[in-house]
Amino acid sequence: MNNTAPATTAEMLTTADGRPLKAALAAAQRKRRTRAVLLVMPLFLFIFFSFLYPIGLMLFRSVENPLIADNMPNTVAVLEAWDGKDIPGEAAFAAMAQDLKVARKNKTVGRLATRINFESSGLRSVITGTARKARRMKAPFKEKMIAAKSQWGELEIWAAVKRLSPRLTGLNYAAAVDRRYSPGGDLVMQDEDRQIYVHLFKRTLWMSITVTVSCLLLGFPIAYLLASLPLRSSNLLMILVLLPFWTSLLVRTTSWIVLLQTQGVLNDIMVWLGVIGEDSRIQLIFNAQGTVIAMTQILLPFMVLPLYSVMKTISPSYMRAAQSLGAHRFLAYWKIYMPNTLPGIGAGCLLVFILAIGYYITPALVGGQDGQMISNMIAFHMQKSLNWGLAAALGGILLLGVILLYWLYNKIVGVDRLKLG
Amino acid sequence: MSQVSLPDHADTVEKLWHYMFYAICALVFLFLIAPILVIIPLSFNAEPYFTFNERMVALDPDAYSVRWYQDFWSKTIWRQSIWNSLFIAIGATIVATSLGTLAALGLSRPEMPYKGLVMGLLISPMIVPVIITAAGIFFFYASMNEYIELTSTYLGIILAHAVLGTPFVVITVTATLTGFDHSLTRAGAMCGADPTTVFFKVIMPLILPGVISGALFAFVTSFDEVVVVLFVASVEQQTIPRQMWAGMREQISPTILAVATILICISVMLLATVELLRRRSERLRGLSAG
Repeated sequence: MNNTAPATTAEMLTTADGRPLKAALAAAQRKRRTRAVLLVMPLFLFIFFSFLYPIGLMLFRSVENPLIADNMPNTVAVLEAWDGKDIPGEAAFAAMAQDLKVARKNKTVGRLATRINFESSGLRSVITGTARKARRMKAPFKEKMIAAKSQWGELEIWAAVKRLSPRLTGLNYAAAVDRRYSPGGDLVMQDEDRQIYVHLFKRTLWMSITVTVSCLLLGFPIAYLLASLPLRSSNLLMILVLLPFWTSLLVRTTSWIVLLQTQGVLNDIMVWLGVIGEDSRIQLIFNAQGTVIAMTQILLPFMVLPLYSVMKTISPSYMRAAQSLGAHRFLAYWKIYMPNTLPGIGAGCLLVFILAIGYYITPALVGGQDGQMISNMIAFHMQKSLNWGLAAALGGILLLGVILLYWLYNKIVGVDRLKLG
Repeated sequence: MSQVSLPDHADTVEKLWHYMFYAICALVFLFLIAPILVIIPLSFNAEPYFTFNERMVALDPDAYSVRWYQDFWSKTIWRQSIWNSLFIAIGATIVATSLGTLAALGLSRPEMPYKGLVMGLLISPMIVPVIITAAGIFFFYASMNEYIELTSTYLGIILAHAVLGTPFVVITVTATLTGFDHSLTRAGAMCGADPTTVFFKVIMPLILPGVISGALFAFVTSFDEVVVVLFVASVEQQTIPRQMWAGMREQISPTILAVATILICISVMLLATVELLRRRSERLRGLSAG
């Protein structure tokens, strides 16, 4: 348009129905914006209600703690004033006896005993045993209860109940990193033989790193081959990468069991070749190593695809230019080609690592004892031990790690560049 | 292209490296594909073992049989799980595809505010470990049971699977929409078409390959999903992966290999469809010569 026209002229431009052009344009823009938002809205609401909110609900589980406050109201009230230095007085014992009596009648005593037992193991029988006798107990409760179960005369059980009294608690997170409260109220490391989770987190990290590095080492050459072959042959080979991608996870895990078990195909071949004897078959699966092998194969396509799409864009003339300037083929490769593939390496490694760290099915089926990862422990606490608070806390920590990595991925690669095949 | 072919002046080290590179690539491809291929002949094993015996290697026809396929088909629980899997996967695909396509259309409009953030949120079900999603949905359904029965219902599983499938639809449809010429819709409007007509006559044919690929991804995601099913389904909603999972945790029976082979055939068909669509779409948009 007329570049020399001053701003005032632009303001005076009007549409056919007399509105200022600027306002009309803004209105049109607003309308289009609303339309875009409206298109996204259904999915956003769907994801919000059936994904984000449920996860929030789970995270809330990791800190909420209504059980003791709801079911032992008298004890909680008495213990509020307790300093935790000596055994509480008769009032606390009377309140406890009353609460246990009610709990037994309401059939909540089992859950109470389980929760207190999570806090300090060995206390389950104290709670259930005393609850059974509480109905016939009369004052003075202190002597009677200590006579029934000597643990009532120790600080530990009272400290455990007091710690569990608040409705919001960080105890699950403490337990998730192998910390517990000593009877004196200090946060200390769990006894050595009961430390599981820190070790498990470390192992999960270590296994994920191993899987990521293996994927990179195996994926790099074939991505390079695919990117440099003519399209016709690379499309054909690409099928070999995409077919595993489309094959059921359970099918691939089954195949690895069939291949690697002691009576499996690989051991058979090695025995037949005479590499190993019939009686020295190697245990290749149902351990950490088997999990890493299976996960590497399962996640390899997620490494190859981003590497391939980056390598595809590197012009071969860079290499030719370097070589014509006197660089050796290997030097040119190292100095010119490799740095250009870095975005692909970053994208592939982050994606594989994010997916590996939360893996559940494969470790559960082929992990054996030492190949279990943190997700398996979450499933165990969800389904077997029913310690949902701890499961939620472990999930919360895992989720935090994944969100950080995802944020990093979005920052470096961008989710809109995520491609599938 | 010339990067891989060996120049005439290559020295011995380069030649050696060149052939070693090919050998390494061949091994990696073998690593990728062998586990899938090995299962197919074993599923026809006449014996209840998971290895090739000498008669199988010698291609003795008596060493092969279809007894595990018959076993699979004769068991009610397996037949029931096929229908369950199909029903749940189709339901989840319909929900995921319709919501995901709409969202992708919105996301690829230049006027969309907070595009990166929203896209990140909508893709997140693919990134968040499925065990966390399953646990969250388990608690959510339990808390909803007074209002609507979702635990141990088909509806509950379909909705949960739809959540897991939508990211794939969003990704594939947005990918087809990159480079979408928005003046085409305006041209349609100028020719007198209302927005609905423009959508079905102009936009839909262009994005259809992406929509179908996304739908197939969503289908496979649901068809292969086991963790959510473990958490919120009952025996009544037994699916194929759930049944395989149960079988694998106990003693693997060769029937599982027969099921696995059937699933591999399904994957091959789906992959072929997606590849054909992708190539057609790339050819139409002039992105590649292949």
